[in-house]
Amino acid sequence: MRPEEGVLTSRSRAIGAVLALLTDELCVVCNGFPSREAFALRDRPENFYMIGSMGLAPAIGLGVALAQPRRKVVVFDGDGNVLMAMGTLATVGALKLKNFIHIVFDNEVYGSTGNQPTISQTVHLEQVAKAAGYRNVERVRELDDAIYEAKTMLKEDGPSFLLVKVSELSDDVGRVEIEPAAMTDRFRKAAMKGTAS
Amino acid sequence: MTFPAKDFVSLLQEVGFDFFTGVPDSTLAGIIAVLIERRAYVPAVREDEALGMAAGAYMGGKIPAVLMQNSGLGTSLNALVSLNLIYLQPCLLLISWRGHDDKDAPEHMVMGQMMTKQLDLVRIPHRTVRAETVREDVGWAAQAFMAQRIPVALLITKGVLS
Repeated sequence: MRPEEGVLTSRSRAIGAVLALLTDELCVVCNGFPSREAFALRDRPENFYMIGSMGLAPAIGLGVALAQPRRKVVVFDGDGNVLMAMGTLATVGALKLKNFIHIVFDNEVYGSTGNQPTISQTVHLEQVAKAAGYRNVERVRELDDAIYEAKTMLKEDGPSFLLVKVSELSDDVGRVEIEPAAMTDRFRKAAMKGTAS
Repeated sequence: MTFPAKDFVSLLQEVGFDFFTGVPDSTLAGIIAVLIERRAYVPAVREDEALGMAAGAYMGGKIPAVLMQNSGLGTSLNALVSLNLIYLQPCLLLISWRGHDDKDAPEHMVMGQMMTKQLDLVRIPHRTVRAETVREDVGWAAQAFMAQRIPVALLITKGVLS
């Protein structure tokens, strides 16, 4: 157990708090526990839950944000996920999309496979994001700060990167009960709402 | 005989493709130059990232195409099988066939020989573009794309497009 674990909020509390702020934003959630927790906490048609293709959540989010420039796109990600496809931080920095918000719940472990350590304790991902060219970058350790920064980022022009330090505890939640192909259809409909198809 | 890259891009745009991303290859240089000129190309840093962007764009209402050298197919395997094929996320794959006919640099030889087998293995329909049949090839890809909602590949060998 990490020394500071006792004072850190759980990822599911942080995910729940940010989800509660969302209105019509489109939200892409990375694979593993973040998707399962988000599905259990507040399922909505604007959420796309990933299983598999680890690392690709921000890439998918960028595609949505490019196709729907008037919609805000929020990506829920994890430290292991970001480390797996760190090049995408550079793509975000190069594209500079105003409607892209990247929220990383950093627990310093691969939670879905048994809490093996990642390297995010030493490599601070928000510094990588800043170097890559994200417009707004914040790192927070308290739930209240996470809510404040997320609220701010939802209002301002992106790309924004919020790193929320969370404990390695996972909720006892089931799998996402939406078939992948049905997931695509539901999210696509929500993403294209109001645009001619 | 070669087919002009700009006419090839126009054909793709005429059948509806309106989102292009990928990682360059010399064989695809002409196509990418035209796409950049038409402000229609989003550069990716890895081929699986390009597949992710294409999937997001598809869900945002676009009809996506992903350009890559066949070496990128190796990088893309997990995205293809755990994103595209299970979520039914279609895209057109424009893949340069390096190592075709065993004539290329050594690093392209193994992939050049196994590429079509890899595509068959993951059940991705593919067709090799010929300058004489470009229109039919693009038409086939567009039709297969709509019908199956999975990635469909057009393979491009050296010298077919100018």
